[in-house]
Amino acid sequence: MTRRILLGVGILLTVGLSLFPFLWFVVTSLKTQKEVEAIPPTWWPSGSLDFYQSALVDHHLTDYILNSVLVAGSTTLLALGIGIPAAYALARLRLPGKVWILGALLSISMFPQLAIAGPVWQILERIGGLNTRWGLLLPYVTLTLPLAIWILASFFKELPAELEEAARVDGCGPWQTMIRVMVPLAAPAIFTAAILTFIYAWNEFFFALLILTQPERQTLPVGIALFQGEFTMPWGELAAASVIATLPLVILVVLFQRWIVSGLSAGAVKG
Amino acid sequence: MTSRAPLEHQAAWWMLAPALAFTLVFALYPVVDSFFLSLHRIFLGVPALGQPFVGFENYQTMAGDPVARQAFLVTIGFVLVSTALELVLGLGIALVIHEHFSGRGWVRVAALIPWSIPTVVASQMWRFIFNDQYGLANLLLFGERVEEYIPWLAYPGFAFAAIVFADVWKTSSFAGLLILAGLQVIPEEVYDAARIDGATTWQRFWKITLPLLKPALLLALLFRTMDAFRVFDLVFVMTQGGPGDSTLVLQFYGYKALFAEGRMGYGAAISVTVFLAIFVLSLFYIRGIGSRLLEKEPA
Repeated sequence: MTRRILLGVGILLTVGLSLFPFLWFVVTSLKTQKEVEAIPPTWWPSGSLDFYQSALVDHHLTDYILNSVLVAGSTTLLALGIGIPAAYALARLRLPGKVWILGALLSISMFPQLAIAGPVWQILERIGGLNTRWGLLLPYVTLTLPLAIWILASFFKELPAELEEAARVDGCGPWQTMIRVMVPLAAPAIFTAAILTFIYAWNEFFFALLILTQPERQTLPVGIALFQGEFTMPWGELAAASVIATLPLVILVVLFQRWIVSGLSAGAVKG
Repeated sequence: MTSRAPLEHQAAWWMLAPALAFTLVFALYPVVDSFFLSLHRIFLGVPALGQPFVGFENYQTMAGDPVARQAFLVTIGFVLVSTALELVLGLGIALVIHEHFSGRGWVRVAALIPWSIPTVVASQMWRFIFNDQYGLANLLLFGERVEEYIPWLAYPGFAFAAIVFADVWKTSSFAGLLILAGLQVIPEEVYDAARIDGATTWQRFWKITLPLLKPALLLALLFRTMDAFRVFDLVFVMTQGGPGDSTLVLQFYGYKALFAEGRMGYGAAISVTVFLAIFVLSLFYIRGIGSRLLEKEPA
């Protein structure tokens, strides 16, 4: 009995504390300017969509959305395109010293952004990658590879060896075996890695702030962090922009909760 | 068998080559270069000074810099308080979402929402909640008594508490998921045996769950410690390090030195210090986790 009461309280607290603060931002985004400036604040919004319209029209939000989609999408494709063969080699092929290679690759995820920021900035300056979306892609792919490789390698490791043997007997080389036999089987892990990579790139702020200096090139996190009005802080527009930036993530979490939980608890690298 | 090995090695190297190239150019070389830069005196705004080699001068400057010492203390304080709270709350979340009940999937979704929200969005959200006039914190605490409203982020103690609060809200569910993975591998039979022996729920938790969860708790502790060490987004958005450097964390101080003030050498010295602190911690992590993948099949 006490156990059931405890569980009920726990469920209420988990759901309430997780959602309530963000719901307050959702409520704010649906207010009018007058309601936002009310002191004390009002609880219920009038359901106005003015802030959404003005965020999209007056605050570069459409640029930010487009840039975020492009950067997060291409980071995901590149990180997987590079991460799949690397994970396959580390999990399934014989290679001397692969413990060290895996360790080195995984340790990258622990690097503080600051420790590589200066030199990465200088490299991008030299190759003309500053203030470009492809320039941002380079550190993003590097920093998402460890998580992708970790999830994929853990999965490849569990696949039965007989399938590979059969492919070899049929005359397949390592590449063909990987592409024709192992990659289709690893679809769930590839999917999980793709979701987590996308979320990382969608949310990343530090490098986006350093590398993208023009509003037309910036991603959502930079736009939202530097959100400003002419005279006062435009909280309503900011709340609307925040809801828009978060919506794709909420959809991903609702649809793919199972994959995300298994991917992160498989020994995730970064939240 | 032996004739295939060279071919397999060759293919393996080609498969690894792009990942290794990215890692070398955009992670390993930059870390080494940061160390190299930290041994030089570089002011980007004054190119006429050149970039002389000064040995460990920047590190000596840092040791005598009261602001750097403050940033170090703030960072340590932030790491200790926030990870402790996140472990306790994470354990609570893990225990809840491990239970079987109808609608568990939706509770897991709710718990994942803070984790999925961009940190920048979460930061603006908490900044608004702690706003002096329109904020939710004042509304909940004081309601109509407007004259008592507190400008939370203007007081050093409250501002520090606010960034801890925001971080705990954002990342406790991640700690919870790592702990959940630990709960899932505890065999049900252990609990059944304890139940037969007449152990209460409370006893089962302290005598079985907690001891068997130790590895998962340690893992969550390491992950969260390393992540809290590099806190940046929250501070950038909520406080810019203020008021009076009360929320000035190392990554933000180093960022300012590097990119706002152009003190490349000094900024690099700060970044190397942060890196070394995290590197020592990550050695534990690699030892515990990296080898597990290669040694035995995951459960």
